Amino acid sequence: MAESLPLADRSVREVAVSLRRRELSSRELTRACLDRIARDAGRLNTFLAVGEEAAMATAGDADRALAEGDDRPLLGIPYALKDIFVTRALDEAGAPTGGLPTTAGSRILEGYRSPYASAAEERLGDAGAVLLGKTNCDEFAMGSSNENSAFGPVRNPWDEATVPGGSSGGSSAAVAAGQAFFALGTDTGGSIRQPAALCGIVGLKPTYGRVSRYGMVAFASSLDQCGPLTRSVEDAATVLGALAGHDPRDSTSVAERVPDYRAALTGDLHGVRLGVPREYFVAGMEPGVEASVRAAIDQLASLGARIVDVSLPSTDRGLATYYIIAPAEASANLARYDGVRYGFSAGASDLLDNYRETRGRGFGAEVKRRIMLGTYALSAGYYDAYYVKAQQVRTLIKREFDAVLADCDALVAPTSPSVAFPIGAKVDDPLLMYLNDACTLPVNIAGLPGISVPCGLSDGLPVGLQVIGKAFDEPMVLRVADAYERSAGYADLRPPTSV
Amino acid sequence: MISRQDVEHVAALARLGLSADEIDLMQGQLSRILEAVAQLRDVDTSQIGPTAQVIGLENVMREDEARAGLGRELALANAPLREGPLLRVPVILEEGR
Repeated sequence: MAESLPLADRSVREVAVSLRRRELSSRELTRACLDRIARDAGRLNTFLAVGEEAAMATAGDADRALAEGDDRPLLGIPYALKDIFVTRALDEAGAPTGGLPTTAGSRILEGYRSPYASAAEERLGDAGAVLLGKTNCDEFAMGSSNENSAFGPVRNPWDEATVPGGSSGGSSAAVAAGQAFFALGTDTGGSIRQPAALCGIVGLKPTYGRVSRYGMVAFASSLDQCGPLTRSVEDAATVLGALAGHDPRDSTSVAERVPDYRAALTGDLHGVRLGVPREYFVAGMEPGVEASVRAAIDQLASLGARIVDVSLPSTDRGLATYYIIAPAEASANLARYDGVRYGFSAGASDLLDNYRETRGRGFGAEVKRRIMLGTYALSAGYYDAYYVKAQQVRTLIKREFDAVLADCDALVAPTSPSVAFPIGAKVDDPLLMYLNDACTLPVNIAGLPGISVPCGLSDGLPVGLQVIGKAFDEPMVLRVADAYERSAGYADLRPPTSV
Repeated sequence: MISRQDVEHVAALARLGLSADEIDLMQGQLSRILEAVAQLRDVDTSQIGPTAQVIGLENVMREDEARAGLGRELALANAPLREGPLLRVPVILEEGR
């Protein structure tokens, strides 16, 4: 039962009710999270920076606002930001304010203090939420296991010998372990949904353009999107409501109306057509994952949804398409780390040597691999064969999604082909690691919204069900996931090690 | 299989200093990844245009009005080397060279 869960493990909705009834204060919630963070710091390695003093001060402000009847849904709720969002740490004169550093999980941003705030920090601050700190992640969000962080791997609270997934591994593990009531992640090829699945929580990647990317350290700009990691679908709807909307500072942000996402959670699926893309049940998928996902689809049918078999024939081209487009964009985006304007500098006496040494020493292995891959794909003689070709196949993948979504309200599929795997198991084989995202990255290629919701355990580790929707149809994605969550009984799923 | 020279060439383009060991490792790994992504050659795209972005926004404009940007001190605050109001970089042209 939800009420019996320890304070730090409850959903945003539950504690928001308690805050309004004065049964709890934001200071108590914040303290409970800070205690968990301190208790598990050495075990899970989820946070790269914690702002205890600022968090307690913000919580105090929230308690005063609550006492005056302020009813904003996230008021006083403690949360964490993936350390890919910049947080303002300098005043107008350029002096440190004591604000949190930003590393993107990389040594190359050593010592960096952001002169401005990300849209995410601003919007959640305006919503009255309490920022606890910045979470560990794969370097520049490149990875599926959180093993590519320059600050050590994050451990999965379900089994500390396994990875939490990535790249938003710190955010996911923190939410699963009761260290934050929600967290933000970023998703370029599955980096919100896959770690959510592996940590047994909810992770939502909104439509490309739905949430501002301003102040999000760029990885692949045509694929990156920011979204919430939460303990329930309703909480994801609440956080998305605070994040979504046009931002003139991100020219790819869309001026589409922001609907009331929580109002979409009707619990009813009668008349809803759900497509099951057969190519998503790939060879190599773990039988326990397939069984859980198939059972979840049966459950959706029992709730009144019409289940239809559909085909997305280019699915197996997704991985190749992604691993050309994403590294190509990354190689261009990461050109900015030059050792001149900010971050680590090798201090060589010649400018060209300084570029090479700064980047050679500042970037980790996976980031270098992707810069090399992207630079190769964009270089003279290979541009058409790789980059343009991948953009053409991107068109095909998008058209196939458009065609099946013209006939279905949403698609349901596995989030990840496997449960959490042992730390170290895939680090020596990049291609094997990339396969973790086979079911999530086509969604980024097409720019669609997708959510992962827990659908059971396999070998004692969480499995995620993915729901994919039409562009800007987050209400349908949330509605399907919420209806499933309510009937499936996994909403109170918490890792055995968290308490 | 790409050659060691290819790896060195691409590293030079990317301004990425790699050790001899890294070049060896990269040669093998990049070759395998490029081989895997080369499967796209089999897809007929002769009638298909490229997609660079999916939301259809084009030429996002705003009024041509001056606005305050990041102040100079803020912009320079993270510089590894600076000299007064300037970023400092190693010499690239020397007198008499």
